[in-house]
Order: sequence, then C-alpha cells, then structure tokens
Amino acid sequence: MEAAAQEKIISVINEKFEGEIVEAGMVRDFFTIILKKEKIVDVIRHLYNHTDTQFQFLTTLFGVHYPDQKQIAIVYQLHNLVTNQRIWLKVFLPEENPQVKTLTPVFAGANWMERETFDFFGVQFEGHPNLKRILNVEDMIIFPMRKEYPLEDQTREDKNDLMFGR
Amino acid sequence: MIETNEEIIPTGLEEKQYSYLNLGPTHPATHGIFQNVLKMDGEVIVESEPTIGYIHRAFEKLAERRPYNQITPITDRLNYCSSPINNIGWHMTVEKLLGVEIPKRVQYLRVIIMELARISDHLICNSVIGVDTGALTGFTYIFQQRELIYEIYEEICGARLTTNIGRIGGFERDFSPKAWEKINRFLKEFPEVMKEFEGLLNRNRIFMDRTIGAGGITAERALNYSFTGPNLRAAGVDYDVRVAHPYSSYEDFDFIIPVGKSGDVYDRYMVRQEEMWQSLSIIKQAIKKLPEGPFHAEVPEFYLPDKQEVYNNMEALIYHFKIVMGETEVPKGEVYHCVEGGNGELGFHLFSDGGRTPYRLHFRRPCFIIYQAYPEMIKGSMLSDAILTMSSMNVIAGELDA
Repeated sequence: MEAAAQEKIISVINEKFEGEIVEAGMVRDFFTIILKKEKIVDVIRHLYNHTDTQFQFLTTLFGVHYPDQKQIAIVYQLHNLVTNQRIWLKVFLPEENPQVKTLTPVFAGANWMERETFDFFGVQFEGHPNLKRILNVEDMIIFPMRKEYPLEDQTREDKNDLMFGR
Repeated sequence: MIETNEEIIPTGLEEKQYSYLNLGPTHPATHGIFQNVLKMDGEVIVESEPTIGYIHRAFEKLAERRPYNQITPITDRLNYCSSPINNIGWHMTVEKLLGVEIPKRVQYLRVIIMELARISDHLICNSVIGVDTGALTGFTYIFQQRELIYEIYEEICGARLTTNIGRIGGFERDFSPKAWEKINRFLKEFPEVMKEFEGLLNRNRIFMDRTIGAGGITAERALNYSFTGPNLRAAGVDYDVRVAHPYSSYEDFDFIIPVGKSGDVYDRYMVRQEEMWQSLSIIKQAIKKLPEGPFHAEVPEFYLPDKQEVYNNMEALIYHFKIVMGETEVPKGEVYHCVEGGNGELGFHLFSDGGRTPYRLHFRRPCFIIYQAYPEMIKGSMLSDAILTMSSMNVIAGELDA
C-alpha cells in the first residue's frame, strides 16, 4: 500500500479516535494497525462508514496466542472492495480473562468467526448473541489453541524431540 | 419463497404450535455431518439453528507441530473436491514467506491444475443440485468427466482425491506425455458433455420452478456475511480473487467473471456453470502460451533433490536429510495469501517465528463463513428449498469444520 493511502487511513482514525493507535506500519504487503482494545468496534464502524476508507468487507477474524507476552492478539482483516485495499487491525488482550466487544452489529459474518475464536482461545466477546463453542464439544474445559496445550502428550517418551535429534 | 403468516394456522387453535425437525446430522442432504434443528410451521421453516463441528480435526493445531512441507496433506483435506487448489495455495503462501521467484512455466502449470480442480468442484456441486431436485441422470453422467480429471491428477502426482500435488517451489516432476494426452482428451470430450448436461437442466421446467427464487440473498447481506466466490457473485458482486489480487500469472489470461442478480439457487447454479466454461478457456490459453523452462524453482531447502544427486553430491545429501527430518528453518514474518478456491477466497494466515514449524496458521475457510448465513437464507421457505439451498451453497464438511 502506498504511503499516501496509509496516511489517509491513519488520519481517518485520528479524526475521531485520537490516541487509539498504538502502532502502525507495513508487515510485508499488509498495512497493519495495532489499536487499543476499548474502542476497536467503534473504530471499525468509523472505517466502515467513512467515505474515504469504506472498509466494508470483513475477510477474517482470528486469534494468536503469545504466551511469553501473556497476551492474545485478535486480528481483523478488512477489505475495501472499491479501491481493493486490505488492512490488518490488531488488538492485544491480556491472557487472563480476555475480553473485547463483539463485531456482530457491524458485520453479520463476524458471528461464527468470534465463536471460533472463543472456542479456541477463550476470548469473551461482550454482547455476542450466541457465544458458545462451535467446533469443539460443549463440555470442554480448556481452550485448545492456546500454547499451553501442546498437540501431543508431553509425557510420551516414544515421540519426544530426543528421538529426532532435536 | 412463502412468507410465514398467521393465516396458515387454522383458527380455533388455542396457541400456535410448531414442530421441530432435525435435518441431519447424517442426513444424505447435509453433504457431510452437521445438524440443523428446524422450527417448522407446517412445511415452512420459521427458524433454524445449525450445529457444526462433528468432523473437526484440529487442522490449525496440527499445523503448529509440522514442518512446512508436511502441512500440504493437511490442506488438501479442507475442500476435498478441489484439493489441488488448497495445496497450491499453501505452497504459494510459503513461497511468499520465503520470497522465492517462481518460474513462469510452473505458474502456468499451476493455473492448469487449479482450473481443472475448479471444474471438478463445480461439476460435483452443480450435479448435486440436480440430484436434490430429483434429477439423478446428470450426476451419474458427469462423473465420467470428474473421473478424467482425477486420472490427470493421478498421472501428475500419483493420487486422486487427496492429491498433495506439487511441492514448495513447483512440481515434483514435469507433466508426463501421458498426462498431456489425458488433458487433451479432457479438453476434447468435456465441452460436449457439458452441453448435454446444460441441455438437461438449464432450461428444464421443473428445475427452473424449483430453483428460481429459492434461497435468495441480496448483495448487501451477502457482503455483510463476508461471502466470497460463486455465492457472492450470484448475488451480483463481481469480486474474484483471481482478478482482484492476481496470483500465479492469472493476469496473463482473458476471462470474464460471471455474475448473477438475485443470489438464488438458480443464479448460483448458472454462475458455476459459466465459470466452468471460463476455466476451460483459461486452461486452453495456458496450454497455448506455456513457456519452456524448469518445472520447479531453486529452493533446495524445500525441494527434494534428485536421487542421483543425493548419492553423489554432499550438499544434496544434506538438503535431503534436512527436508526429510523437517529441520529447515524459515524467515520470521507474517504473511497472508489467498487463492480463489471452489467456494471463494481461501486464505492462509501464516505467522512464523523463524522455527521449523509455523507459529500459528489460520485458514480462512470460505465454506465456514458462508454457512452461517444459512438460517437467514432458508427462513420462511419450504423444507425442500432448504435442501436445495444447502447443496447450492456447496457446503463441504471438511472445509466447514476444519
């Protein structure tokens, strides 16, 4: 994305939400903005409605766990279908009791994506109409995509890293 | 579509009564395993609640424990009707992370394979719409063509359904003369069969009566639900990843994006049908313009060397060992790459921390996102329309449940 387009997006956010941007920059070919978590939905709604940005398509929404920072990142990928620009918005939530507002009033498609993020990371989306597990069984007590739950049983000795010279 | 109104219920009943019906989990019309609890007013659907996740296989978690070249078999189990698209999409994501330049010939060969996969995907979907309206003939007839496509895969990579086609950087071997022979045979036979198939359904009175106006969605709602692919295009939005974000030299080919108007079952059927003709034309163009050159890029860290090399060359032996043991390290970074899958934008979000496995891999599965609009699309319609709506959305259980 060109520098002019990046500045425009930042100025549109700053117009109404001064001080919400933590960091902004290019991650490879994606313009990425890290925002504070409190007003993320309002910022997205503003980007949706503003004539200069019109990010009216939510491509995807998912979580990433960073155990060493004790944080869970939620990544929103928005797409402006008119100018064909795509951006990433990120918010960082604390690992303990992560909470963020739901995006469902803006995008109906955020419904299951948020349920999936809840299912795997335990992120509570405030105001979600039907926040329950979607892919896993309902009586599961852990959030399996967090890094503290490794894929394989760590007590097994026939498949540990030593056997593979690592 | 019939609107629910109070008059359907005869007067004199004390309170309105609804019946509940389980559509699925293992109903043949659910194309896999998922359940829909329908609240019925007579034969009219008032509400529905889908439950998915019956075949969830933890793809994203599995991917965090596997080296990059071993993730290919995970991807082709997403949309098993067009697994080469998933495979090649994944390879291109890794190539983007590595910053590898891919030879033109590989890109064209990939286009040929991906378009063949799209045809086979759409063939199954459209013929299943026929089955759900009661016309089994088209389904059995068209399977011969799908078989031909599978034979082409078989010549190229040895597998038919879960293909693992190609490698990071290209293909494991060049297309054999037999494969070209099969591709040519397909190009020759397919148009005739397609015309007959279209003659069977396109202007069929019963088919049109059943499909026109059933399970419609407006462009606005479709966008709000993050629809992509034929389902979005049927609603009238000409968004196609191949044009919006060209990959693998798609910009070299001329093709049009078919769009519908009302987003109903018939439009979705017609959009897919037209897309198959477009795919056919892309394949022909790609074969015509196919450049000479190597069939893989220079990525020795990810590409198994020739066996003779392994015996005679120390470096090749080291690379061979490292690939087999999954010891190759990749640069740090975050990339997103998307391809136009059978159902729409198939995206791979790859987060690498420089280790031998991805730190996090997120699949943007088009079917998962589309299916959440299903309750809204069937609300107020008949049960038989709900079945048709489901099959015309091309729900693939593997992609829905990951």
